Amino acid sequence: MSEDKKINEFLYFALRNKKLRIGLFIVLFFLILTFIGPMLAQNDPFDYVNPGGAEPPSSEYLFGTTFFGQDVFAQFVYGLRATFLVGLLGGGIGTLIGVLIGFTAGYRGGIVDELLNMLTNIILVIPVLAVLLIIAAYLEVRTILIECMIIGLTAWPWTARAIRAQTFSLRTREFVDLARLSGMKSSKVIFTEIAPNMMSYLVMAFILQFGGAILNAATLDFIGLGPTNAISLGLMMQVAVLWGALQLGSWWWFVPPGLAITAIVGALYVMNVGLDEVFNPKLREM
Amino acid sequence: MRRYFSRKLLIYILTFFLAVTIDWLIPRFMPGDPVQNMLSRAMLRADAAEVMYGYYTKAFGLDVPIGQQYLNFWNALFHGDLGTSVYMFPTPVTKVLLRAVPYDIFLLIPSILLSWYAGNKFGAYAARSKWLDNTVSPLGYVLTATPYMWLGILLAWFFGIVLGKFPIAGAYSFNLVPHLSWMFIWDVLKHWFLPFASLFLVGFGGQAIGMRNMIIYELEADYSHYLEALGAPRSLVRKYAFRNAVLPQITGLALSLGVIVAGALVTEVVFSYPGIGYLLLAAIQNQDYFLIQGCFLFIIIGVLFANFVIDIVYLLIDPRTRTGMMGETA
Repeated sequence: MSEDKKINEFLYFALRNKKLRIGLFIVLFFLILTFIGPMLAQNDPFDYVNPGGAEPPSSEYLFGTTFFGQDVFAQFVYGLRATFLVGLLGGGIGTLIGVLIGFTAGYRGGIVDELLNMLTNIILVIPVLAVLLIIAAYLEVRTILIECMIIGLTAWPWTARAIRAQTFSLRTREFVDLARLSGMKSSKVIFTEIAPNMMSYLVMAFILQFGGAILNAATLDFIGLGPTNAISLGLMMQVAVLWGALQLGSWWWFVPPGLAITAIVGALYVMNVGLDEVFNPKLREM
Repeated sequence: MRRYFSRKLLIYILTFFLAVTIDWLIPRFMPGDPVQNMLSRAMLRADAAEVMYGYYTKAFGLDVPIGQQYLNFWNALFHGDLGTSVYMFPTPVTKVLLRAVPYDIFLLIPSILLSWYAGNKFGAYAARSKWLDNTVSPLGYVLTATPYMWLGILLAWFFGIVLGKFPIAGAYSFNLVPHLSWMFIWDVLKHWFLPFASLFLVGFGGQAIGMRNMIIYELEADYSHYLEALGAPRSLVRKYAFRNAVLPQITGLALSLGVIVAGALVTEVVFSYPGIGYLLLAAIQNQDYFLIQGCFLFIIIGVLFANFVIDIVYLLIDPRTRTGMMGETA
C-alpha cells in the first residue's frame, strides 16, 4: 500500500470515529480558548479589580470574582495556558524518556534490558507525587518549566514498559533482521524500521502522558507546591478551598478550573480509545 | 514461585533503598540552604540567628562528614527516629505520623477494594453490551479524568453546604470526645462518607474503563473465537474472558496505587480529614521539613507494603507464577 493511500485510509476511519471526533473537538475548543482567552480577559489574573469581593458571574466579570475581588475568567484562561504547557512539556519529556528507555531495553535485550527493566520497575513502584513533593518542597523558586521537568522525569516508566514490550515483539521480525544483516546501525534500525511500525503506540503513549501530566500538576498545585510565580487551575482550587469558597457558596470560583481539567483529560482519554479503534480494526464496533 | 518472589523482593528492597536515599539526598543537595531559609523566615536578630544556625546544623546532623551523615540517617531510621516536628513541636515526627495513619487506612482500604470490585463488575457487563456501554463508559471516562480534589470539592459543596446533609471538615465533630458509643460511631461514619465517596467514584471510573477494554480484547482472542465456534454459550465465553481480564486488572491496581494515594492526600486536604495528606499541607505551609520527609517515607512504605500484598494475592490466583513461568507481572 502506498503512503498516500495509507494516510487516506487512516483519515477515513479517523473521521468516522465518533470518540475521536468528540475528544478532538473538546481539546481544540479549550486550546483555542487558551489563545483567544487572554485577549478577551480585561484584567490581570492577580489584580484586585472588584472591591465588592466575591460576586457571581455578570456581564462585567464573565466568571465572577474571587473572595479578594480577582477576575475568575482571567485566572481561568491564564491557568488553562499553564495546563496545556504542562501537558505538552511534562508529557513530552515523559514520553521521550520512556520511548528512549523502552527502545533501548527492548532492542538490546540481555543485561541492558535487565538493568533498565529493573530501574523501570523501581520507579514504577515509587508514587510519583511523593517524589514530586519532596523535590518541590525544597525548591525555593519554582517555575512552570521546573514543574514540567520534574513531572516528566518521574512519569516515564509506564511508557517505557509499553514501548519495551512492543519493541521486543518487533525486533525478531524478518524485516528487522534484514536491516540488521545489511549492516545498519542499531539507532537507524530502531528509528527507520521499528519506530514507524509502532507509530500508533507512540502517539497514544504521548496522549496518556499529556493527560497524566495535567493531573499530576493539578495535584501538585493544589497542595501548594506548584509554580511560585504563576496562576494555574490547581492553584485556583486551592485558594478557593482555603478561603472558604465552599462555605460562602462561591461555586463560580471552583467549578470552572476543575471542569476544564476534567473535560480536557477526559477528552484525551476518549481520543485515545478512538485512536486505538482506528489503528486496531479488531476493536471497531461492527 | 521462589523466583517470582525473590525478584519482587529485590525490587522492593532496592526501591526502599532508593527512596531513603532520595529522602536524604534532596534536602542536602538542593540549591539553597534549608537551615538558612528557615532562619531568614523567622527574622531573628543577627547574633540570635547565628546561635540558631549552629543549633539547627547540629540538629539536622549537618556538622559531620557527608558519608557519616548518610549512615547516621539510616541508623536513625532503623530506630524509628525521623526527627522532631516543627509544626507540632516537640512531638517526634514518627508519632505525629502514626497518629494520622489509621485515618488513611480507614479511608483508603474500603475505597480501593470497593471501587475495584464494583468497577470490574460494571466494566465487564458494559463490554459489548449496547446500552450499558453507552452509559457506563462515558461516565467512567469522566470520572477517571476528574481530579480527585475537584470531585471532593463538588461533593462537599453539594452534600455539605447546599443540602447540609454531611459535615465537610474533620474526622468527627469538634464538640465530641472520642469514645465508644453509637452516636460517636455514626458521627465518624458521617465524616468519613464524603471523602470515601470521592475516592470511590474516581477509582470506579478507572477500573470500569480498564475492565471494559480488557474484556473486549479477550473476546477477540483466539480462545474465545474457538469456544464460540464450538458452540459454547455466550455466558461461558464471557466467564473465561473475565477470568483472564482480571489478572491485568490486579497488576493495574498495584501500578495505580501511587495515583490513588496521591488522590487520598488531596481529598484529605479538601475535607480537612486528619490523615497524612492533611498533615502534609500543614507541613508545607509551616516549612516543617522533617515532617515532609517523614510523610514521604510513610507514603513509600505504605505503597510498597500494599504492592507486596497484591503480589501475594497474585501468587494465589495466577498458577503461572507458581510453576515458575513468569506470568503477567514479570
